[in-house]
Amino acid sequence: MSLDTEVKDGVDQETVDAVREVGGAYKYGWNTEIEMDYAPIGVNEDIVRLISEKNDEPEWMTDWRLEAFARWKQMKEPDWAMVDYPKIDFQDIYYYAAPKSMAEKPKSLDDVDPKLLETYKKLGIPLKEQMILAGVEGAEDVPAEGRKVAVDAVFDSVSVGTTFQEELKKAGVIFCSISEAIKEHPELVKKYLGSVVPQSDNFYATLNSAVFSDGSFVYIPPNTKCPMELSTYFRINAENTGQFERTLIIADEGSYVSYLEGCTAPMRDTNQLHAAVVELVILDDAEIKYSTVQNWYPGDEDGKGGIYNFVTKRADCRGKRSKVMWTQVETGSAVTWKYPSCILRGDESQGEFYSIAIANNLQQADTGTKMVHLGKNTKSRIVSKGISAGKAQNTYRGLVSMHPRAKDSRNYTQCDSLLIGDKCGAHTVPYIEVKNNSSRVEHEATTSKVDDDQLFYCRQRGMDEEEAVALVVNGFCKEVLQALPMEFAMEAQALVAISLEGSVG
Amino acid sequence: MGAADIQTGAPVLDGLQVTDTGWAQDARTSALARLRDMGLPTKRDEYWKYTDPATLTAADAPSAALFEPGEALLFDDVDRLKIVFVDGVFDAEASDDFSLENVEISRLADTANADIHWAKSLYGVLELNGQTPVKRPLAAMNTAMATDGILLRVTGKVSKPVSLIYRHKSEVSDAILHHVIKVEAGGDITVTENGPAAARFNKVMEVDIADGAAFHHVRAQGRDHERRAATHMFARLGAESTFKSFTLTANGVLTRNECVIELTGDDATASVAGAAVGDGVFHHDDTVFITHDALNCESRQVFKKVLRNGAVGVFQGKILVKEGAQKTDGYQISQSLLLDEDSQFLAKPELEIYADDVACSHGSTSGAIDEDALFYLQSRGVPLKQAQDLLVLAFLAEALEEVESEELSEAIRARLEDWLSRRSA
Repeated sequence: MSLDTEVKDGVDQETVDAVREVGGAYKYGWNTEIEMDYAPIGVNEDIVRLISEKNDEPEWMTDWRLEAFARWKQMKEPDWAMVDYPKIDFQDIYYYAAPKSMAEKPKSLDDVDPKLLETYKKLGIPLKEQMILAGVEGAEDVPAEGRKVAVDAVFDSVSVGTTFQEELKKAGVIFCSISEAIKEHPELVKKYLGSVVPQSDNFYATLNSAVFSDGSFVYIPPNTKCPMELSTYFRINAENTGQFERTLIIADEGSYVSYLEGCTAPMRDTNQLHAAVVELVILDDAEIKYSTVQNWYPGDEDGKGGIYNFVTKRADCRGKRSKVMWTQVETGSAVTWKYPSCILRGDESQGEFYSIAIANNLQQADTGTKMVHLGKNTKSRIVSKGISAGKAQNTYRGLVSMHPRAKDSRNYTQCDSLLIGDKCGAHTVPYIEVKNNSSRVEHEATTSKVDDDQLFYCRQRGMDEEEAVALVVNGFCKEVLQALPMEFAMEAQALVAISLEGSVG
Repeated sequence: MGAADIQTGAPVLDGLQVTDTGWAQDARTSALARLRDMGLPTKRDEYWKYTDPATLTAADAPSAALFEPGEALLFDDVDRLKIVFVDGVFDAEASDDFSLENVEISRLADTANADIHWAKSLYGVLELNGQTPVKRPLAAMNTAMATDGILLRVTGKVSKPVSLIYRHKSEVSDAILHHVIKVEAGGDITVTENGPAAARFNKVMEVDIADGAAFHHVRAQGRDHERRAATHMFARLGAESTFKSFTLTANGVLTRNECVIELTGDDATASVAGAAVGDGVFHHDDTVFITHDALNCESRQVFKKVLRNGAVGVFQGKILVKEGAQKTDGYQISQSLLLDEDSQFLAKPELEIYADDVACSHGSTSGAIDEDALFYLQSRGVPLKQAQDLLVLAFLAEALEEVESEELSEAIRARLEDWLSRRSA
């Protein structure tokens, strides 16, 4: 940590300490010794077929992958992001790595290799249903009923197991690995896979379409509130492997689900690639809350090792009055390239994006969101806080687009950055495209309009505007972060201590 | 005319050659080589994402009908030294004598064959400097091909504005002018520009402001409906110097104003402002790039656009704070008022910051006229049209406030009011 720089006015010691703690020792850097089954190194059509075969996929799926692969070969890596890393040799990566014990898919969690269960237990993600969230301090005092979370655990290329499947089934909710969904619910997968992020959307998404090995699948039937929070925990363990997971969540009419995602990886000297695709489909009156705490290994102080996190996440608010909320806490990865987006297609649909991105040492983060307003009366809100320390570079990149048809729509954007030390950088690259006049778009850096009532209350209590906004946004973060029921809730709490003073837009 | 009809790219570049043999020859030759190397811009370039440069890079200027607004020229009442260009050609008769205390005035075309000139140290130099990190091929083209321009060396406080007046008389004129302004220590000058210039106008202004010097620039881009213009302002600021630029734009098919400012001395202040009023086939692009490379500098960008009948407003503004440029105060606001459903506002307000003890902020908003304010004014007996005009003027006022000279600011305000009231009539 190179945080021994002089602390400037407006950045209090608490903030510096909090960042130090978060960025300090990486707690999940250990490695699980387990026998692995690898596909040959590199990627070609045979590898794509092999991955498809390993997952016992039907022919249509194999063809879909091959089509994507053909497109990928024609594509170039994007170079517009403000990140700088050595060129990736895509033929020097293992595209499939699974624990040998997973060759025969276990019938239930009881059959899973104890070593794997131990791994997740150590991460604070117990897969035994009776031991809920022992990783969170004080969780044992909380009645299990109130803290139930169903977990899909993905270890390198495969899903190890999914908890609470029975109980969810009773509610009509489908929560399983995507490989299982392709076999068990082909009609749903066929209908929705690639409908939000097309097969050849961008370089990394296309690669993912060809070689994704597993991931989570969620279907919430009409008028159903998912009885518990769902979560997926991604763990990269094997060396030199890329992780390519695919998540597909469908919230049918009038349904609701809150979904959480976490990720860690061992400390290694070499960089590893993680290129995921997440697709959310939200129909009339449905709502999805999607929260991520991204804590991939960020590399050491000299920038050695770490995960390249190149992720495509998109929500399609297809239905009227549909709603999506992305919340992300980005603390890990050597390089982050990630823009969770909202297509607000249905009239009166809503998209929200709340992000805290912390980059330290030599980390580089280029992250933000896209709000594409297509339907009438659509609303979106973006609150992004970027914190840079050490020699890190942190970029907010976002798009707000109001189409001519999206009458009476509204966007509010606020993106603040905080720099700690004089060797780091903070950048803001917003694109604002307004094509009708009944919509209001506001992009602001320092002033208010968060929630007028809350602001008014704070102001009335004698706070100045900036303080009040900081409190409101911070208060919101706190609420969301504390809702994350995994081991990283601890970490998230450390983040909340970070004050927003001394922010720049 | 669609983009496909226009000849662009290599054939245009192949035909270019430098004919100058005097002091500017080296700068021109190297600019042409640079231009060939980078090629002409296209809509696919990120920097031209919101503005299609096809008509700016075409071999021939698309024709533009002449427009006679039937009104006195802006600033006619202001005491000033007039220098007139008609379709990019100097008009000696219409221009004043070049003698004015504390400023040495000469013309690029006049001095072209001389071997030495003070402007050699600046011509194409600030332009070249402004090519990183973003390429500006049209500026390099200007350096290579400019036919004329004004060279000002300011040695003290100049008593009245030097006024560049551009007239448009030919429907197919293609003007390329390159001005160089050197404001030496203790210098203080106001330069105004107004008029539609030509069917197509490519202009570069390079301004070097020494420590403690001041440069004021007030521009009114003509009302000619069909003209096209690409202009570049490259400014370098020394310690405790001041740079202020304001542009009023009314109509024109296509306008791209790029402003590239580098604050290289401590405690310098730069302000760039623009007010644009667009109606109908109107595409207006303000692209600003401000680099802070010294301590305790301040920069302001204030851009306001009022758009109707399908007009398009673009703003690309960037503040780059280099490592070590502590105590920087950077402010940027871009706002548009869309008066109807068809108009568009496209903005990319960027910050790139490598110093921790800075206060940089930007804001960007877009929306319709505030209904509540309209209602209030109407309830007070102000007719709808008048109420709208009042709110439009109030909206533009923040940009207009950046003009320091009250006389010039008043002239612009009066002109705006006049336009609005005529539209309402």
